[in-house]
Amino acid sequence: MTLETRGIHAWFGSNHVLSDINLAFADGSVTALIGPSGCGKSTFIRTINRMHEFIPGAAMAGEVLLDGKDVYAPGVDVTKIRLQIGMVFQKPNPFPSMTIGENVLSGLKLSQLKVENKDELLEDCLQRAGLWNEVKDRLDAHGGSLSGGQQQRLCIARALAVKPQVLLMDEPCSALDPGSTLRIEETIRHLSQTMTIIIVTHNMQQAARVSDYTAFFLADGGPGQMIEYAPTTEIFAQPKDQRTENYVTGRFG
Amino acid sequence: MSTPRPTRPWTPSLIQRLTDFLVVIVSMILAVAVVEVTPLKGKLAYLFAFFLIYIAISTVYRGMRTGSAAAKNNVVQALVAFAALVAITPIFSILFTVVSKGIKGISFGIFTRDMSLATPTDPLTSGGLLHAITGTLTLVLCALIMSVPIGILTALYLTEIRGRFTRPIRFLVQAMSGVPSIVAGLFILSAVLYPITKQYSGFMGSLALTILMIPTIARTSEEVLKLIPNDLREAGVALGGTQWRTVAMIVIPAARSGLVTAMILGIARIAGETAPLLLLTGGGDRVNPNPFSGPMGSLPYYIWKSFNAGSPEAITRAWAGLLVLLVVVFILFISARLLVNRKKA
Repeated sequence: MTLETRGIHAWFGSNHVLSDINLAFADGSVTALIGPSGCGKSTFIRTINRMHEFIPGAAMAGEVLLDGKDVYAPGVDVTKIRLQIGMVFQKPNPFPSMTIGENVLSGLKLSQLKVENKDELLEDCLQRAGLWNEVKDRLDAHGGSLSGGQQQRLCIARALAVKPQVLLMDEPCSALDPGSTLRIEETIRHLSQTMTIIIVTHNMQQAARVSDYTAFFLADGGPGQMIEYAPTTEIFAQPKDQRTENYVTGRFG
Repeated sequence: MSTPRPTRPWTPSLIQRLTDFLVVIVSMILAVAVVEVTPLKGKLAYLFAFFLIYIAISTVYRGMRTGSAAAKNNVVQALVAFAALVAITPIFSILFTVVSKGIKGISFGIFTRDMSLATPTDPLTSGGLLHAITGTLTLVLCALIMSVPIGILTALYLTEIRGRFTRPIRFLVQAMSGVPSIVAGLFILSAVLYPITKQYSGFMGSLALTILMIPTIARTSEEVLKLIPNDLREAGVALGGTQWRTVAMIVIPAARSGLVTAMILGIARIAGETAPLLLLTGGGDRVNPNPFSGPMGSLPYYIWKSFNAGSPEAITRAWAGLLVLLVVVFILFISARLLVNRKKA
């Protein structure tokens, strides 16, 4: 599985928010996207699984190559793309009308996929999301009865159930306490053995802890741009760009 | 260290409450006195005099005790309370009148008999309003079956598809909710009954009620669907669902209780509609289970017909019919509340 973006631009109405992003994501790696608010990180990952077009007035340019094929090519079934590229949102959003178990398996029903052993898949997804031990006795309870951190792990389990090859995470821990954040970071490290993960974060320690590569985005008055992309250790230890150094050392942003 | 006793220093003390009560009593006595010595007459005069005197005394009292800002606040407070009182008075007056006059006509028998063998002027021991209750329920059910899908699908168009016609459709739906019911009745009469079916039936009435019900259901459903967070739609689509499956599996179940409320508000809108039913249903006196053939009675029609008959028995029948209609609407409202609350629990 390979994932690559070429010359990605994005607009909201006439507002140019993202300019010329070229990135190739290594299979089985974790890439962190860091940068101040409004620099287009979230917009960028939403162009990858075609959630960007969900916003009225949105426009884009460029190519997102999944296994060499552009996901924006005419005739591509967008629902298939989103099955291969899963997403976890900033705010935990379990489906309120469903139980914990139904939430995990909801992707199968939504996309009308068939699986042989639902119970096995349910347990596997919850295990990998690090939630199984906490909920195994109350799979019939409603998702809303869980704590915020548990809800977010439920959302991760839900995203895993359709077996994506790429997982996009849009500030998954920004609404959570440090304990829950730690659990989710462990989950991310664990998941990266089997899939490619791209995580947007405002927390630089988090980027340093979980990611193999880091990309620094910045909107300097104009549209957001990628300033620097390197292995995470390099970005934090010896950034090449002065602006990256200012940001990672906390001098601005 | 001992824990202090919890107090509420911001609540009025017993003496303050007694003083406030005294102000009310004094205002009442003064109001009676004023009405007696001036040419003012009637119940309204007492209320009006009491209101003016109460505002004057309590404002002066507040002003003396706490200052002019508190006095001004007191005037506004009294005005608001009075307005609220005036607003709810007719409701209680209506309820009181209907219950006190209608209860005389209520007996077990009227729920088991129809008017096929009785005239409105017969004594209350013969005849009943079974045909009117079954008729109203049939009409409402038929209207519900037609208007709920149309209303909810319209709301889904406005909130989920948000196509090019969203604005004009929203505008037209809002305009439709102001259509007078007699216009809906005349429309069905001239567009369906005269040219096509050529006979009165319950279904013709239901068609007119459907026209009246769709805007209520569509607008309420739209408000309910708007409250469903966009996160859930995005999550559904991000899991590989099509828009239709996301709406059917996630948005509608999440909005379920609100959609039920929309349905019941729609029923409440039409349960008492009279004008289109006078034009379209033929208003039979016999229980008619078939909405597609033959005249069909209904509670509003029964009330109208009984009042028109004019005899004391008929008038009592009419009040009893009103009471039954109010109870039916009331039961629907209560069930709406229960459905919504059960979801929250």
